[in-house]
Amino acid sequence: MAKITFDGIEVEVPDGTTILNAARQIGGSVVPPAMCYYTPLKGSGGKCRACLVKVSAGSTKDPRPMPKLVASCITTVQDGMVVENTINQQVLDVRKGIVEMLLINHPLDCPVCDQAGECSLQDFAFEHGVSTTRYEEERRTFEKIDIGPLIQLHMTRCILCYRCVYTADQLTPERVHGVLGRGDASEIGTYIENIIDNEFSGNVIDVCPVGALTDKTFRFKQRVWFTKPVNAHRNCENEKCGGRVTLWYKGKDVLRVTARKDEYGEVKEWICNTCRFDKKETSDWVLEGPAHINRASVISANHYELPVVNPQVLADLPESTTRELERNPPLRLGGING
Amino acid sequence: MGRKLLTEHINVEGINTFEVYRKHGGYRSVEKALKTMTPDEVVEEVKKSGLRGRGGAGFPTGMKWSFLAKPEGVPRYLVCNADESEPGTFKDRQLMSKLPHLLIEGMITGSYALGARTSYIYIRGELLYVLRILEKAIAEAYAAGFLGKNILGSGYSLDLHVHPGAGAYICGEETALLESLEGKRGNPRNKPPFPAVQGLYARPTVVNNVETIAAVVPIVNEGGDEYAKLGVGKSTGTKLISACGHLNKPGIYEIELGVPVEEFIYSDEYCGGIWKGRDLKAVVAGGSSVPILPKELILKTAAGENRLMTYESLSDGGFVTGTMLGSGGFIAMDETTCIVKNTWNFSRFYHHESCGQCSPCREGTGWMEKVLHRLEHGHGSMHDIDLLVSVAKQIEGNTICPLGEAAAWPVAAAVRHFRHEFEWHVTNPKEATAPGAAYRGAPVLA
Repeated sequence: MAKITFDGIEVEVPDGTTILNAARQIGGSVVPPAMCYYTPLKGSGGKCRACLVKVSAGSTKDPRPMPKLVASCITTVQDGMVVENTINQQVLDVRKGIVEMLLINHPLDCPVCDQAGECSLQDFAFEHGVSTTRYEEERRTFEKIDIGPLIQLHMTRCILCYRCVYTADQLTPERVHGVLGRGDASEIGTYIENIIDNEFSGNVIDVCPVGALTDKTFRFKQRVWFTKPVNAHRNCENEKCGGRVTLWYKGKDVLRVTARKDEYGEVKEWICNTCRFDKKETSDWVLEGPAHINRASVISANHYELPVVNPQVLADLPESTTRELERNPPLRLGGING
Repeated sequence: MGRKLLTEHINVEGINTFEVYRKHGGYRSVEKALKTMTPDEVVEEVKKSGLRGRGGAGFPTGMKWSFLAKPEGVPRYLVCNADESEPGTFKDRQLMSKLPHLLIEGMITGSYALGARTSYIYIRGELLYVLRILEKAIAEAYAAGFLGKNILGSGYSLDLHVHPGAGAYICGEETALLESLEGKRGNPRNKPPFPAVQGLYARPTVVNNVETIAAVVPIVNEGGDEYAKLGVGKSTGTKLISACGHLNKPGIYEIELGVPVEEFIYSDEYCGGIWKGRDLKAVVAGGSSVPILPKELILKTAAGENRLMTYESLSDGGFVTGTMLGSGGFIAMDETTCIVKNTWNFSRFYHHESCGQCSPCREGTGWMEKVLHRLEHGHGSMHDIDLLVSVAKQIEGNTICPLGEAAAWPVAAAVRHFRHEFEWHVTNPKEATAPGAAYRGAPVLA
């Protein structure tokens, strides 16, 4: 076991845990953002640099700070390590720079993008970025490519996180890599088209943090925040598929089926293409109940009652907090604002 | 004239053949090491010599070798990095094409020291003709019993292979090189684990520059202490400098570390001064990725001391007033050179060569190139100059491999020392974009 201090909070984790996963054990707002790291995908991480943190003491044995910021998703903890994330200005500045870099070649076509509302890049930019751009040049664009009849690749939106590449690697042993070209001209290549025969290929849609890989059976059907996620399962004929999914309802119609994701947007279990693309009737499924959606997410805005704050609790809050709540009410205040 | 340890016989007729090379004292180090020394003794000699990596970073070779993990029953590898592609650096090409047996000899001695049974030379794809020279030389070495099973009856066996890259600058980065050697896309790996623990095929591996491996030969022949007598302080031995640009005598010079920069540029023994009787404007001392320095700062340090061709003296003053020895690609620019255009050119190179794996380098190199293109063509604004510095800063230190820094440093340094020239491009676009135009104002020194 290794004990580390993350943003002033002590946490004990098994040896070999990455800094990011240690922070996820703490949870909440101290967790560094991750755009490319994906726990189920071996080899992922280290690319987007969004999760850079400052290690101000390497370990008890060697308490020297690390000279550069390190990628928390691939750096393992050492006993006695002290890590600074949200309390370090340098980290926050660099993160702002990373948002800028990721956005300069991104089309910012959120209004017509199916991923909007559940897009990691949107969240990341909203939390850490600035509202203006200093980039005046033309953005990189690509033609849309159909990867089989069910998946569309829109490279223009891609942030080259390599997640789909690793997913494909995991699904089929014959494929070596899926990135062609280099630098800002690199693109997810045609090799990935070869995996479309695989019955689990649809999972590349779920792992994509942006709208580069989209479900052609759902494209332009509905904004995600007008749909309601419901967990469901079925006895899938495919023994490798657990059949545990999230159905996205609009009224009585199942518009989309996805794998279940945790709070960090990571898929717990891959689902097969039959479950994803073909089973779009409620009668195909055994419903379990509403899927948990982060309250801060725009998806939850249309479905859940805003929580009511007990005035009794409000009275005990420090004055600065009440003032802030009145000026900028995030919640419906029972008794006060009605 | 300083001593030449590597290139003494470089101009001998037929030195690229085994017989002539052997006649001039070749393969003595292999005999000495295999017959009279243990592998650890060879490593000890290299440590004593104070040899530092000649590929750019200048990391002590002996220390690198002693870091190599040596688990029982697991093969280890020595890999020679011959993917020399830094603009301004062309020393290894010459060394390999003229003295292929020197590299092979160093590879045998080095592999023996590290306990490697299979070693690789990863050569830049564009140097196919050099690959053929090396392959011929390796065949000769096999025939003479210096490679293969039971070398010189010592019981030590070694196989040596040459592998060409496919022409990517990034494959000169050691982990990208290993990926490429394994047959994968040449993307740098995340570190740790370092190659000394998990390198080629996830086995302990040492990756050394061509010149570093060649320098093992004189170190073993003459002893580490003897080698360490050459040079100044922690910069020991000799170094190949590939001098190019506006010089009277550009070329490859083997210098004893410690030669003053001024002597190197102006003396007839070396570069013979600036061509056409012009004045020196700026120097890039160690290949395109090190910071550019104006004449005043390359000849003397900020403290007014003579700058010497050593690792320490060139980096005196940090990046504010100093630079690096790097890989020894010495580019001199005369007074007619446009620094903005030159920076744009470098930047274009890094944009083209970025592997695209991590976001700051993938997006940042292209951005800098575009801004510099705008400035060079007279469409820039004052704001763009600060933007350049800011983007360079966002890349530096935040990338997986050093290519990000290599792209950011030259831009940051050019703006630091030649800001007036960038501003002149903004305020006087017509003059600045006229053919042959060059700004002649004073540089910023600190």
